[in-house]
Amino acid sequence: MPEPSSKTVMPAQDASTAALTLGASSEPQSLGKPRSLWSDAWHDLRRNPTFVISALLILLLILVAVFPSLFTSINPQRCDLLMGNDGRTPGHPFGFDRQGCDVYSRVIYGARASVTVGVLVTSGVVLIGGLIGAIAGFYGGAWDSLLSRITDVFFAIPILLFAIVFLSSFALRSIWTVVAAIMLVGWPSVARIMRASVISVKESDFVTAARALGASDMRILRRHILPNAIAPVIVVATILLGVFIVLEATLSYLGIGLPGSTVSWGGDINDAQASLRTAPHVLLYPSVALSITVLAFMLLGDAVRDALDPKLR
Amino acid sequence: MGTYVLRRLLQMIPVFLGATFLIFYLVLGMPGDPLATMCGERGCDPATAVALRAQFHIGQPLYIQYFEYMKGILTLDFGETFSRRPVLEVMSEAWPITIRLATLAFIIEIFIGVPLGLVAGLRRGKFFDSSVLLGTLMIISIPIFVIGFLMQYFLGIKLGWFRPTVSGEAPWNELMLPAIVLGMASLAYIMRLTRTSVVENIHADYVRTAVAKGLPHRRVVTVHLLRNSLIPVVTYLGADIGALMGGAIVTERIFNIHGVGGLLYQAINRGEAPTIVSIVVILVIVYLVFNLLVDLLYAVLDPRIRYA
Repeated sequence: MPEPSSKTVMPAQDASTAALTLGASSEPQSLGKPRSLWSDAWHDLRRNPTFVISALLILLLILVAVFPSLFTSINPQRCDLLMGNDGRTPGHPFGFDRQGCDVYSRVIYGARASVTVGVLVTSGVVLIGGLIGAIAGFYGGAWDSLLSRITDVFFAIPILLFAIVFLSSFALRSIWTVVAAIMLVGWPSVARIMRASVISVKESDFVTAARALGASDMRILRRHILPNAIAPVIVVATILLGVFIVLEATLSYLGIGLPGSTVSWGGDINDAQASLRTAPHVLLYPSVALSITVLAFMLLGDAVRDALDPKLR
Repeated sequence: MGTYVLRRLLQMIPVFLGATFLIFYLVLGMPGDPLATMCGERGCDPATAVALRAQFHIGQPLYIQYFEYMKGILTLDFGETFSRRPVLEVMSEAWPITIRLATLAFIIEIFIGVPLGLVAGLRRGKFFDSSVLLGTLMIISIPIFVIGFLMQYFLGIKLGWFRPTVSGEAPWNELMLPAIVLGMASLAYIMRLTRTSVVENIHADYVRTAVAKGLPHRRVVTVHLLRNSLIPVVTYLGADIGALMGGAIVTERIFNIHGVGGLLYQAINRGEAPTIVSIVVILVIVYLVFNLLVDLLYAVLDPRIRYA
């Protein structure tokens, strides 16, 4: 589709003039086909350098996670104790950790654990939290009271503490227990957002119209409410993905997350803290990788929010 | 006001019971013999096992165990640790340290976060604002333990400005660095929240009226704009108390502080059920009371909010 008008896109730098001309913002639509919220957001996003940079970073990260062998030929599990905590040597740009493993290859292979946990947990949390929030918001009444009280209960326990207690009740640790633990503590935030969003959309005229035409509850929820209520959830999910990666790393750092046999940034940081004074580089590289990953998702979430909700700029 | 507080207190009861029961279930109610989890691979000595069975009414239905335990807590009987010390005594040594740490972190968050957020909001789109937005995003992205190690390494070990680890008594001045680390992420959130809220309110009618009345700029900003913009910030602070307590587990481990976070972490690793449940009970109460206070504070900040 050719760009019908650049006027429909509000200038990013001045939301106050945007607010003043809000009443007139529907006018340029007569110049061409009106854009939906999504294509409008996509139009904004492609022009946003923050989005482009963070999206490229995330693509690279996914590539590293799926095909780590493209980036290093060294096995992260094959270590030489004689090289323990040594600095960089040719072929080993990040040096060696306490066990004498190559830090660069461990950083590369560690991406997979973080990305897997982040993606699995976020999908699960959006499904479960979204469903619970949608039911509470749509049906209201007793359902809402019950589900909202359950959400309150989960909010009253500090997230990290909750996850640790949950994980400690398992004798065997695997990536699945970590995913389950983070999902258990993560769904309430999505449920709250979804509930609020569904309640605000539920009152719209098009919902009343659909109801008057005799649409069933399921149809109204699926065709009319969800597509219009999902935007805030997507924004929160992007940001939460970063938060979940931090949580996984924190749990692994506390020695209660991923099993020691899995190469992960959190676990490596935990191992490196013993030699912080003598070999700070071992701690530095996985930390930087972890922080950049999280930053990429946070930036992406920020950009997506700006595109979907121009008022907040 | 009185009825509102009473209603809120009544609403807290199911949340309190639900949250504590959930933790109780995770610690004691999972399938298998809870003593096996509690005592680890080596197993408890018979005397401890007998004491634990009696203490938790093991063998009876879970809700009776829970009920009996909560009845004990009402009379301040929190049970005993594995080394047969009353949990109350252990907690009374740890709590003051963590309260000092959290208070310092709170002070840092409020007195640095709010002013910087206000300035950023007032200068929206300028250089200062953009650097605040980017800087806070970076802080939020760096996990708390990484911030902890970086600060410990550079400020503690390299520059020697702070003690890298905290001594047993944990006086205020030694807790300074851990408190900065603990409050760092929340500080960034508070800056962003204040900034967004100020930006939203800067064109509000009451601000225009205040300017039109000829009030001095300083008064418009502090009394009218800032006061009304603080509501989301205060909401965040109420929820933040839980995050601070979670963060304390990590921060206290990095700086070797013997507070509640460290105690809790040890207890979880050992499966010391009385300590875990007791600390969680207190944490949940603190969280609920804090959130009630926050709701009452709304009325102070925004005179349009009234509680009947």
